[in-house]
Amino acid sequence: MRADTDLVPTPSQTVGPYFRIELTTQEHCVKCVPGPQAKGERMWITFRVLDGNRAPVNDAMLEIWQADANGKYKHPDDLQPKQLDPGWIGFGRIATGEDGSCVLETIRPGPVGNGAPQAPHLTVAVFARGLLKQLYTRVYFAGEAANDKDPVLQLIPPERRDTLLARPDPARPGYWLFDVILQGDRETVFFDV
Amino acid sequence: MDSEVSTRVSVKGYIRLPKGSQPPSLYEPYRATIKRAPLKPLIILPHTLSEITGPIFGHEKVREKDNDLTSQHAGEPIGERIIVHGRVLDSNGRPIPNALIEIWQANSAGRYRHIKEQHPAPLDPNFSGAGRTLTDERGAYRFITIKPGSYPWLNHYNAWRPEHIHFSVFGMAFLTRLVTQMYFPGDPLFTYDPIFQSIPDEKARQRLISKFDLENTQPDWARAYKFDIVLRGPEATPFES
Ligand SMILES: [Fe+2]
Repeated sequence: MRADTDLVPTPSQTVGPYFRIELTTQEHCVKCVPGPQAKGERMWITFRVLDGNRAPVNDAMLEIWQADANGKYKHPDDLQPKQLDPGWIGFGRIATGEDGSCVLETIRPGPVGNGAPQAPHLTVAVFARGLLKQLYTRVYFAGEAANDKDPVLQLIPPERRDTLLARPDPARPGYWLFDVILQGDRETVFFDV
Repeated sequence: MDSEVSTRVSVKGYIRLPKGSQPPSLYEPYRATIKRAPLKPLIILPHTLSEITGPIFGHEKVREKDNDLTSQHAGEPIGERIIVHGRVLDSNGRPIPNALIEIWQANSAGRYRHIKEQHPAPLDPNFSGAGRTLTDERGAYRFITIKPGSYPWLNHYNAWRPEHIHFSVFGMAFLTRLVTQMYFPGDPLFTYDPIFQSIPDEKARQRLISKFDLENTQPDWARAYKFDIVLRGPEATPFES
């Protein structure tokens, strides 16, 4: 076996305008993150992706990764002593429509980690034509008491933290709103991971 | 600062991407970045459980012939039949088995089977241009397809993309997620393509160019191209909380 070390990682290239023919076909998109049977507070998040002119981005793809209602991820590296919800998926993949929006069904995740846990959140990767590499952001929930102590929110300048808060949709119970603003004054916080 | 992100139980972090090995957000020659690139600084995130875990996705959706894009219809697609193969490794050189790879591409005339595609080149009724596979225990994968054609785009006057196949790869963690494009050796359009040129580091850029592979070329049937994919690997020393 060859012992290559320090290989340069393959660079990212844009997903381009035509990813729908594979990544988000009827068969390959995932609009229901937890699976139908999962425990927890069921919710629907309406994402809206906007560019630097506040124009809708109608050719973006969002991928979501999240823990179950107990804050447990479906992954071998999650060694937290917690039981995973049987049938849990935790992954979503969806493309935006003409108005730049898309709706994802999920449940409110539990806090992740022991000691000083992270507040309930979703991790989001944004892909689009014009994005040479994906952007990472997080969705937290407005009104969640644990947000004040969340170690990741603490890394963000206070005036920008609320760009990561989903808010209840006043028009529809169970629905939440989250704007991904790629650029500008109210630009969403993105992470260098 | 690091110890404040106290969510790790006993897990490892991943290497940070070497400077210049990835494209910047804003690269003006690629005009679509101008209104879509974030302009505020990214927040550097210590790796938590949320980043070092990730979806092990799509395995139940891969069928046996999904890696053969030439056999999805009644007849054979038009174009040069090729084998595209390689390995998925991490940056420590370790193979990544059981990784989902999805690809999509234009047909041999440079046309995608996509509702918004406007290039006036013919569709091929025998070619959908999408496939998927899983890597084996050596991290190896293999596709059979048709060499995609170059196509024009609106970025600048007389802009043509080098021939390419889009790749999407899921590794072990959400932060190793990679979407990229594979190119063919010696393409005269590299010089003019801002998407390819957006990567500052020459060595990293070369990673995107497949190599002609005579050894795996099948006589009287198909040429082979080798394309290895390197994902970020775990940091050498696992850290404890
Ligand atoms: Fe393309």
